Amino acid sequence: MRQNILFLMAAVFTGILVWNMNTVYGLPQQVQNVGAYKIIYLHVPAAFTAFTGFFAAMVASLIYLGTSKLKYDAFAGGVTEVALVFATANLLSGMIWARYAWGIWWTWDARLTSMLVCVLMYYGYVMLRQAITEPTQRARLSAVMSIFGMAGVAFVYQSIAWYRTQHPSPVLGFREGGGMGPGLEAPMYWNFLAMLCLAVILASVRMRQAQFATEIDSLRRMAHNH
Amino acid sequence: MTPALLVEGVYKYFGDFPALRNVSFQVAPGSVVALLGRNGAGKTTLLRILAGLSNPSEGSVKVHGVAARNAETRRKIGVLGHSISVYDELSAHENLTMFGTLYGLPDASKRADAMLERVGLGRVRDGLAREFSRGMRQRLAIGRAFLHEPELLLLDEPFTSLDDKAIAVLQGMLQEMRDRGRTIVMSTHQIREAMELSTHVTFIQRGQVAYDGERQSEMLHDTGWLYRTYGEQ
Amino acid sequence: MMYLRQILTIAGKDLRSEIRTKEALNSSVAFSVVILILFSFAFDQAEGFEAFLGGLLWLAYSFAGALVLNRSFARELQNDCLDALISSPAPPSAVFLGKALANYGLLLVVELLSLGVFAVLYDVRLSGKLPLLLLVSLLATWGMTVIGTTFSALTVNLTMRELMLPVLIYPLLIPVLMSAMVLTTGMLTDVPIATNMVWLRVLVAFDIVFTGLAVVFIDDVLVG
Repeated sequence: MRQNILFLMAAVFTGILVWNMNTVYGLPQQVQNVGAYKIIYLHVPAAFTAFTGFFAAMVASLIYLGTSKLKYDAFAGGVTEVALVFATANLLSGMIWARYAWGIWWTWDARLTSMLVCVLMYYGYVMLRQAITEPTQRARLSAVMSIFGMAGVAFVYQSIAWYRTQHPSPVLGFREGGGMGPGLEAPMYWNFLAMLCLAVILASVRMRQAQFATEIDSLRRMAHNH
Repeated sequence: MTPALLVEGVYKYFGDFPALRNVSFQVAPGSVVALLGRNGAGKTTLLRILAGLSNPSEGSVKVHGVAARNAETRRKIGVLGHSISVYDELSAHENLTMFGTLYGLPDASKRADAMLERVGLGRVRDGLAREFSRGMRQRLAIGRAFLHEPELLLLDEPFTSLDDKAIAVLQGMLQEMRDRGRTIVMSTHQIREAMELSTHVTFIQRGQVAYDGERQSEMLHDTGWLYRTYGEQ
Repeated sequence: MMYLRQILTIAGKDLRSEIRTKEALNSSVAFSVVILILFSFAFDQAEGFEAFLGGLLWLAYSFAGALVLNRSFARELQNDCLDALISSPAPPSAVFLGKALANYGLLLVVELLSLGVFAVLYDVRLSGKLPLLLLVSLLATWGMTVIGTTFSALTVNLTMRELMLPVLIYPLLIPVLMSAMVLTTGMLTDVPIATNMVWLRVLVAFDIVFTGLAVVFIDDVLVG
């Protein structure tokens, strides 16, 4: 059952990507005098996927603390790792674009800086998980860290935004001042959907690995005890 | 009568590994229970749950009818673990006064002095725990565990590595507790010493209760009897 | 009432043992002074140097502070004292707040001493600016304390705890440090406080939110 769902998602993911690649290829080379803008179809959905993941991990962490069921911990851990990959993709694509558009690899712009801090924070989360060997203790402590992390992200975003802003004004329609023009936004949302599918597939692979690891850990304890 | 300790269906998992499986037993007020079992059988895990240091994955622990993590319950419990749990940088008197205040004793300082006399540390009340000999530190730890006159005492291997004087102090205090109708649960490897004090025995094997009942006379003289009769082969 | 007494007892216990050993205080103050000296090489005291002063001061505070915070729960490891605290009637949040209070006091002492060194080394005139600096320090230091104490508890059983703590807390502390830096620099360069009100609000909000989170979730951290 679970496998079938995953296969279905993989199909959806591949389908959307292929179809979208075709659409994006057909778009004009420049929009509002900005070239290389097409990287945004990777950049923005990757950020969305990352935050969806971090948020889902926080919700799962809360549920874990309420229920003590390790599957929620496996979910939180797996999803955070995958989200971290997408956050890194967002950073790298942003840097590549900045090199092209602004001539610099890095700029201390609000969104880039926030994402970097975010990546560091959740990198700490992954480090914490690796440093704790007992699965139940790991679940408990990293759940608390995940919740603190999400609250931290909110503060980091808001305060860095007040501190500096150089980023091209947000492109998405629901924020003021943005907007990419008709026909240009839709592929971005479709890509978001495709990436979400990919994230779910990756996260469930990681979840299954985590469950095996817990099982191996318990077998090991049993072997030592008897 | 409400049992002094009621353990119902307690499971404790470390990951998928069940350290305790469906542990249930009850202890009547005034009993002295010897908690026996091999290393890794789950004695320490169980005692930590009884002491409220750890939550069971399933099941419940009630002390005189109230949950173990309740503040009122913790006031009634005295815990003496593997380590001494006193602060090296504080004096003997400061250590006891501090714990007395945490337990809400109205005359913590006076109680601390009385207890220090009791465990034979009256003359060094202002000495730092760091400067004490091993035996003195152990007696200070005993003083900490008994300071608030707990109704239920939980001891994890209390006699292991104590010196003669500390053993004498501990035995005297346990005897007194027993005479006053307080309840004692202790895990131990020193089966003979445990057997002489105890009225009941709970025997744990692979996280499960293998025997729970009165101490039988066979147990007094033959330490292997319990394992042979109730243990898995 | 009882709760408050428990908090103060634990704070008093921590402060007393720290005053006896001074291991955290000594290393922390010394480290802070070293950082202040090193910064003098990083930034030549040229024109426009004032713009860096707030940042410099708070970096010194936060680096030195990690040494104090690292010791906080590690102090309980010796003899497994934490078990005795958790099995006592004091709720975990009282243990946490007590230890946080002690850390707060220690951090403020380290900051005060560092501030003196800072004022002398960088020729900063503080007269007339102290009340606001005090307010900023009290707010920002509490934020550092809450995060630091929580993560000190979170990492206390890890073998790598002294390496882990800074990695975990600094990203979370960015809003606090940033606000404190902006406010301090603004104050030293005579920017009217009205311009920077938003940063005071960030500090207050941060303190409230994370104190709340810490008190709610400390049970999960301390009781297995």
